[in-house]
Amino acid sequence: MGGFDFSNHSRNAALHAQGFPLPTATSTGTTIVGCLFDGGVVIAADTRATSGPIVADKNCEKLHFITPQIWCAGAGTAADTEFTTSLISSNLELHSLSTGRQPRVVTCMTMLKQHLFRYQGHIGAYLVVAGCDPTGAHLFTVHAHGSTDKLPYVTMGSGSLAAMSVFETAWKGNMTRQGAVDLCSEAIKAGIFNDLGSGSNVDVCIITPEKATLLRNHITPNEREKKMRDYRFKKGTTAVLNQKIITRADISKYVTVHELDDGTPVAAEKMDVDT
Amino acid sequence: MAGMFAGPQEMMGYSFNTAPTSASEPRQHSFYPYTDNGGSTLGISGADFTIMAGDTRSTSGYSINSRHVPKLFLIGGEGPKNKGARIVLSVVGFAADGDALKEKLDKEVKMYKYQHGKPMTVSACAQRLSHILYNKRFFPYYVHAILGGIDEEGKGALYSYDPVGSYEREQCRAAGAASSLIMPFLDNQVNFKNHHIPGSGEGHDLKPVVATPLPKETVIELVRDAFTSAVERHIEVGDGLQMMILTKDGVEEQLLPLKKD
Repeated sequence: MGGFDFSNHSRNAALHAQGFPLPTATSTGTTIVGCLFDGGVVIAADTRATSGPIVADKNCEKLHFITPQIWCAGAGTAADTEFTTSLISSNLELHSLSTGRQPRVVTCMTMLKQHLFRYQGHIGAYLVVAGCDPTGAHLFTVHAHGSTDKLPYVTMGSGSLAAMSVFETAWKGNMTRQGAVDLCSEAIKAGIFNDLGSGSNVDVCIITPEKATLLRNHITPNEREKKMRDYRFKKGTTAVLNQKIITRADISKYVTVHELDDGTPVAAEKMDVDT
Repeated sequence: MAGMFAGPQEMMGYSFNTAPTSASEPRQHSFYPYTDNGGSTLGISGADFTIMAGDTRSTSGYSINSRHVPKLFLIGGEGPKNKGARIVLSVVGFAADGDALKEKLDKEVKMYKYQHGKPMTVSACAQRLSHILYNKRFFPYYVHAILGGIDEEGKGALYSYDPVGSYEREQCRAAGAASSLIMPFLDNQVNFKNHHIPGSGEGHDLKPVVATPLPKETVIELVRDAFTSAVERHIEVGDGLQMMILTKDGVEEQLLPLKKD
């Protein structure tokens, strides 16, 4: 017997009449998309991270590495997408070492859904999984409660409707690589400009059987214009109430002090800062 | 439509309790007639000018209603275009209430001129606005209003209000979604809070910089920087910047683009 099962309909209607609320869908701001093409798959994401109405990070990375040939775009709770993808990445590496085969995208998707289902939606990870393996190019979505989809083009996050409107307008079968990259970028841009939870730049990842190419900040349509005034304070603007001088001899008790030969400052990891 | 019945936090709400109750129990129904349309405004008064500004984005939740809904309104003057008006009202919060408040104040300022044969002063208009707000003490206009003009001595005048009519004349004020981001910047750059004169003393004896009225050009630059920065860090601020510059010669309006993401 095919078709849908409506046996719960009367029960749910009765519960609703008694005041039981409808389930509410929640998703934190993000636009992520994916699209299959002839010979591979593309995923893309915006780069805004928010906490409430405040922008927490203007250029964060939402495209996560799983294996060299499988990548994952994450929406929802930032920590959950980060930890879930890295856990599955570790387990897939061990799995491939023990089987001696290349990991498959279905395997990744199954491990993710089983992990997320076990936690009944409390792990707020909404993922787009994409990659190439010996069985071809694949694209999936995984929801926090453990449900999955397999489709030729997908969108997720608060900007998913804006992005999907682009796919439903312009998607065609048998896309070229460039066509898929452009379509995904347009979909992300729709999210960036029409969804307040999404913003800043477009990140893209192209996966073919040969290699995966991450295009970090593929499009940057939201660069900040130069500030009109200079906000550097004159030296001595802030009152110095007291000072303490710690000598090299003092600090050497706790840490190892290395002398630098040529007075040039050692470059730490580069940070994005406003000037 | 959903917003009509939703609480301030929820995206969608219902007029019944969340917990299942039996039919005989009393049930609390609720109706929430307010929505937050986001955005931000600010005003700065100088020696002989006042500058009012606001972004032009209107939002609800994660959606943009429109990229051009002005928050600055001319009050008084002649006819529906307010020709020759010398007072500007900015409202941020619930846009429908802001519109209603603007209509009411504008009407009363125009009626004042018909009845008294002279235009209303800014101080009189400021007090009238306070009364209009307090008149709805138990069903308030859900807005943070700022009123700007030139006073009887030719100095820049700026008044800010809470939703129920408490008001104060100030040098500068930021209101709305990004007010907590903009106001500290204004304190530091307009009133020189936490600025000391280098080398004027040791420790606590270091002399604070005394605030002096800023030139108009400087204030315009500060306003633009305040908004481009607020756009960077607040999702509800963006699209356009509407500025009104009030001087003895009248009101000059400027529209500048802001980032649209």
